Amino acid sequence: MEGKFIKIGKNRVTADEFVAEGHSFCVGCGEALALRLACKALGRDVIIANATGCIEICTSPLPLTSWRVPWIHTLFENTAAEISGIEAGLKILMKKGKMPERDIKCVAVAGDGGTSDIGMQALSGAFERKHDFLYLCFDNEAYMNTGIQRSSATPYGASTTTAPAGKLSIGQTTWKKNMAEIAVAHDIPYVATACPSYPFDLINKVKKGGEVKGPAYVHIFSPCPTGWRYSTDLTIEIGRLAVETGIFPLYEVENGRYKLNVDRPKLSPVEEYLKPQGRFRHLLDEEIEKIQEHVNEEYAKLKAKIACFAA
Amino acid sequence: MTEKRLKTGSDFTWKDMEVGNIVTEVGNASVRKTGDWRTKRPILDREKCTKCALCWIYCPDAAIKPSEEGYYESDLYYCKGCGICASICPAGAITMIEEEEK
Amino acid sequence: MSKRVGLEASHAAAEAARMADVDVIAAYPITPQTHIPERLAEMVADGELNAAYIPVESEHSALSACLGAAAVGARTFTATAGQGLELMHEVVYVASSMRYPIVMTICNRALSAPLSVWGDHSDAMAVRDTGWIQVFCQNNQEAFDMTLWAFRVGEDSRVLFPVMVHFDGFHLSHVTEPVILPEQKEVDKFLPRFQYPFALNPDKPMTHGAFGPPDIYSEAKVAQEVAFRKSKDVIIQGFKEFGDIFGRYYHPVEPYKTEGARTLLLTMGSFSETAKIAIDTKKNKGESVGLLNLRLWRPFPFEELRQAVKDAETLIVFDRCISFGGPGGPVSSEVRSALYNEKERPRVVSFVGGLGGRDMSVKDFEYVIDRGREIVEKGSEELFETVGIRGKVTGIRG
Repeated sequence: MEGKFIKIGKNRVTADEFVAEGHSFCVGCGEALALRLACKALGRDVIIANATGCIEICTSPLPLTSWRVPWIHTLFENTAAEISGIEAGLKILMKKGKMPERDIKCVAVAGDGGTSDIGMQALSGAFERKHDFLYLCFDNEAYMNTGIQRSSATPYGASTTTAPAGKLSIGQTTWKKNMAEIAVAHDIPYVATACPSYPFDLINKVKKGGEVKGPAYVHIFSPCPTGWRYSTDLTIEIGRLAVETGIFPLYEVENGRYKLNVDRPKLSPVEEYLKPQGRFRHLLDEEIEKIQEHVNEEYAKLKAKIACFAA
Repeated sequence: MTEKRLKTGSDFTWKDMEVGNIVTEVGNASVRKTGDWRTKRPILDREKCTKCALCWIYCPDAAIKPSEEGYYESDLYYCKGCGICASICPAGAITMIEEEEK
Repeated sequence: MSKRVGLEASHAAAEAARMADVDVIAAYPITPQTHIPERLAEMVADGELNAAYIPVESEHSALSACLGAAAVGARTFTATAGQGLELMHEVVYVASSMRYPIVMTICNRALSAPLSVWGDHSDAMAVRDTGWIQVFCQNNQEAFDMTLWAFRVGEDSRVLFPVMVHFDGFHLSHVTEPVILPEQKEVDKFLPRFQYPFALNPDKPMTHGAFGPPDIYSEAKVAQEVAFRKSKDVIIQGFKEFGDIFGRYYHPVEPYKTEGARTLLLTMGSFSETAKIAIDTKKNKGESVGLLNLRLWRPFPFEELRQAVKDAETLIVFDRCISFGGPGGPVSSEVRSALYNEKERPRVVSFVGGLGGRDMSVKDFEYVIDRGREIVEKGSEELFETVGIRGKVTGIRG
């Protein structure tokens, strides 16, 4: 398998698997797929720092590990601080001649909770200090590993176990925190959004992020059949619908210049995306309408930014 | 794929623990037979298959492997039966059948 | 030629880190530790120290960055105090269980609330069980010496545990004392290069920090405990090697004029030096007293303590920390526990004082000794007694 490539259309993707088969991600997990693709983009010369969460738990139960590249997990909220230490450590050891000079990509991997909630401070600090690292946020829109609890990445109207839909509540009452824009606000060289339903776009963006000098952030939409309550075979379809409805636009921001990767003359109605998912099942028409308006507004804002700060 | 002997924590005495509980055996989790999770399994119709490899790239478990003849088939040791491959196959060459059927 | 300079303990610790050729420093400022990161930043900015200085955005990130740096094989140093040590609390456990030999200076500071930037040992006591090798310094020379020693011991391949060097906030961190600085070549002789056997590297991929299901966690913890206790051998060897090269010999328990003493006073940190003057004063009056300076706090020096107190009738333990609702000052309860199974052991009396920067004078220690002997003779209503508190303290029932 080493060094072999698989051709798909005009794309060449390595056949190497950096996360071994036999991991314990759920059946049909979008995050598992996204991780698999991201690792193919990064190759062997990496050190991955991983937050506590689905990826960490599904790939590292003592005495076993799924990882075929150097990998470290310590805690939940410190991934960006940890990778800062790894990056600075490697740099200084090479500078002082204590280890041979070579290219090793420092990559941080965390979920939405570990990024936009508890991990925000460390991430902001690492961005500000301009460490040379790639941060991958695998966003399944809740604290999935611990049982589908809400995070600041949970979308409006979604039912989670700590913000459940009930007689007095529609579930999440706040709008999803826009982590990609927060990353852009830190003035870092590369920010992108990605989705495993668009595998070559994802691979390309992770590769780009890894090659950039300085901080890079890729926010990866990760459909979760367990938490979002949809049939396991629909993961790719759900990811496509998220992009086609404008709920999760795919774009890049290189040195402050915006570029939309997938645009459509007309966005599909958000209902197409919401209907297959059990977590939105309770939403009434007026709520869906509200979501539609919000998506329209946000998409228009994004288009305006793209026009204003075109790549 | 023959059943691999599962290495579990219960095999280890405290003396066997590596310093810092570091795991030096790369990818040893591949002993786990996640194929046991399946309730459905994918069946490939080679007549319809165009060898496009989309099923290979979309499998979250990396369970689909290229065969000698260039077809992409599910490794049943690992395949969890999610049905994504059947769902995305542009040629409709993959069908999911109940695990009890042979 | 070694040279004698006036240095604050903070600057002494920074100088030791510099002479140890530390690779990565990740620190967040907090009183009374600030002079350490400041001096190190200055050294890096002026090219005196070739290190990566990471000005992290919190103490939790400070120690987390140190974990990352140590994991790739860098010699790593940080410092904190009080609230900072508390904020990084979960990371402190991880550093030990993942066996990263980070060296951290603690400028011992009282814990909030109320907020206090001043010194006591409550920050140290809160990390008692975290699995770090811990030593306490009496003066600035020791602040320098113990920092060098910490790298030597922690990084030893038979140890691989992180080390905390404690010295009193303000009493040492901000006070200038003469410190003898060795020559660089002596330091290089004492401290070999750090060769971390499990460094993260693409050439030899490894997994650090896999999680522990119930069928393996206990074994992992026991393995850590056994290795931690075994590190005592290297600790002692480190003290000896240090003495052989630099001429100053340190010990886990350091007796001061204890031969034949019926009453012993046990102290930790800078107050030991004040207490020694009280011992001298009393000895001049013909009293049978002596002092034990407890240097090695973890792993606890059971053998050395038992040996040091075997002929005493009374052992007065002075703590700079309250363990609320507990069996007395933390050090006194550990000492009691260490002596419990001995056929012959002194009566242990617990005193608490010196909290939140409250000073202890020579007279205060004389009082402690007098009152301690009185308690052994006549008993006390209280489980432990305080010194230097305005108003008679009652209600500390055992």
